[in-house]
Amino acid sequence: MTDLVDALDTRGMVSSAVRAVSFFKLLRESWVGMIGTGIIGFWVVIALLAPLIAPFDPNTPLQPFAKPLTEYVNGDGIFWLGTDHLGRDILSRVIWGSRTVLFYAPLATASAYFVGILMGLAAGYYRGRVDEFLSFLANVILSFPVLVLYILVITTIGSSGINIVIAITFASAPGIMRIVRGLVLDLRNRDYVAAAQTRGESSWYIMLVEILPNARGPLIVDTCLRLGYVVITIGVLGFLGLGLPPPAPDWGGMINEARSIALAFPHMTVIPCIAISSLVLGFNLLADGLREISLRD
Amino acid sequence: MIIFIVRRLGIMALTMVVVSVTLFLLLEFTPGNVATKVLGPYSSEEQRTLWLEAHGYFEPLWVRYFSWLGNFVTGDFGESVRFKVPVAEVLWPRLWNTVVLGFWVFAVMIPLSLLLGVLAGMREGSALDRSISITSIITTSIPEFASAVFLAAIFVFWLGLLPGTSTMTGGFDWWQLVLPVMVLVIYDFGYVARMTRASMAEVMTTPYIRTAILKGLPYRHVIMRHALRNALIAPFTVIMLQINWLLSGVIVVEFFFAYKGFGALLLEASLNQDIYLIEACAMVAVFVAAATQTLADVGYTYLNPRIRFS
Repeated sequence: MTDLVDALDTRGMVSSAVRAVSFFKLLRESWVGMIGTGIIGFWVVIALLAPLIAPFDPNTPLQPFAKPLTEYVNGDGIFWLGTDHLGRDILSRVIWGSRTVLFYAPLATASAYFVGILMGLAAGYYRGRVDEFLSFLANVILSFPVLVLYILVITTIGSSGINIVIAITFASAPGIMRIVRGLVLDLRNRDYVAAAQTRGESSWYIMLVEILPNARGPLIVDTCLRLGYVVITIGVLGFLGLGLPPPAPDWGGMINEARSIALAFPHMTVIPCIAISSLVLGFNLLADGLREISLRD
Repeated sequence: MIIFIVRRLGIMALTMVVVSVTLFLLLEFTPGNVATKVLGPYSSEEQRTLWLEAHGYFEPLWVRYFSWLGNFVTGDFGESVRFKVPVAEVLWPRLWNTVVLGFWVFAVMIPLSLLLGVLAGMREGSALDRSISITSIITTSIPEFASAVFLAAIFVFWLGLLPGTSTMTGGFDWWQLVLPVMVLVIYDFGYVARMTRASMAEVMTTPYIRTAILKGLPYRHVIMRHALRNALIAPFTVIMLQINWLLSGVIVVEFFFAYKGFGALLLEASLNQDIYLIEACAMVAVFVAAATQTLADVGYTYLNPRIRFS
């Protein structure tokens, strides 16, 4: 019996390894997905190498209001993308800012998925009262304008990285829950679920081990889309002045700080906007590539 | 149908109650801040306490909630601490401004996205389909604040053609409406176009379209008379749901262009913990969400004869 279980386990591992390889092979076939992966990869490398490639310290005031390609008067180096109103190098702030967004966006998305998946599994598997209650809760949260929810949560608990994660989890978990619930309602009548029930497995074992792995396809595509959306949200919060407290380099915050003088010095706002848009585009292109591949199968 | 609508109204009322209680509870955590926001950072502790007492903040939560609820159902929305006037006096004009903005966004966005979606879905996988799909991914990837920054840099800083703010202080001005409408259309049309494309592509694979083509009808005729009727049912639902999205989508745009609309009002109310104004705005938002959802469902059954006659 143990041997059989072991054998099944190894087979599962091998097949998932094969699947991972074929995933990259298929991704190569979709050039849209490739470009998306390339853009995300670019920003990940920038974020990892930030201390090595940033020409200046992101928070030191050097030379205010420098246009792009200005030389540093009191020292060595060129401000490739100019400086902001306090004289901080914009290129260095964009490079360090990529760390902020690439840390909090996946963290917030993962946290929202954790809550959303648990709620969706429970609603779809138990149905009845549990489903009614959770679905009503989700509808209440979704009928709010999302941004107001963020603003209220953040103004109530204060602005910090962790609170951004909490606000995003609170606002996106219901959407994830709806998707998972739909998938579970479809999967719960399969034979392998009935088999597990007959074996006497606990409900959470069935939900997490039998149902969830089979629902992962649509969820992976949704994760990419949601990552892009979370990057936008973090940008919007920064833009409204509710993001990370200054002077932390944060793309949305950079736009907010330079907003009042943007019409005289457009480079201060345009550059962080390009950074945010390109990262979101990367996630959306990857999601489109993955969707194309999953439809082809 | 009547039962369905009554049921929806019931759910809407219940949602409103839950939302309003949640808002009261959320704002309960930081009661002292309201007085600081109203009286300024240099007010003394004593002044703040007096202000809070005069405005009934020391009464138990449930007393305040039920007195608000009682006034609300009779049409009295309370007084805004931020604007120091009755909530209704600021709410309705602001909402009207957003309706005007939203009307023009939809007037531009719907024909554009339907046309592009139908063109792309007509021949799935064609060069036209690919380029429309990629364009819509790119435009939906640019957040509203970013396209606002880009468009302002081009049309205000570089070309000097359009005004950079839309305060409308000197009366209604068409030129000030151009940039906000453009930003919202750019962000939103891609999504509707993609939904239309998916629906159109699905209809094009059905047997009845194949029959129409095989029996030698002109291609134009097949598209206009046969395909469009079914392909435009799904986008109708999507467009109805976009109304709800627009209500919070306008927050960033109205803030950026200083347009005096519902979104900017909601933002200002939330930032200043103006409880009665937030409550009134949230009730409007819940009502719009429930109404558009119900209209979408009713419209869907009406437009689809298979459901209508079953």
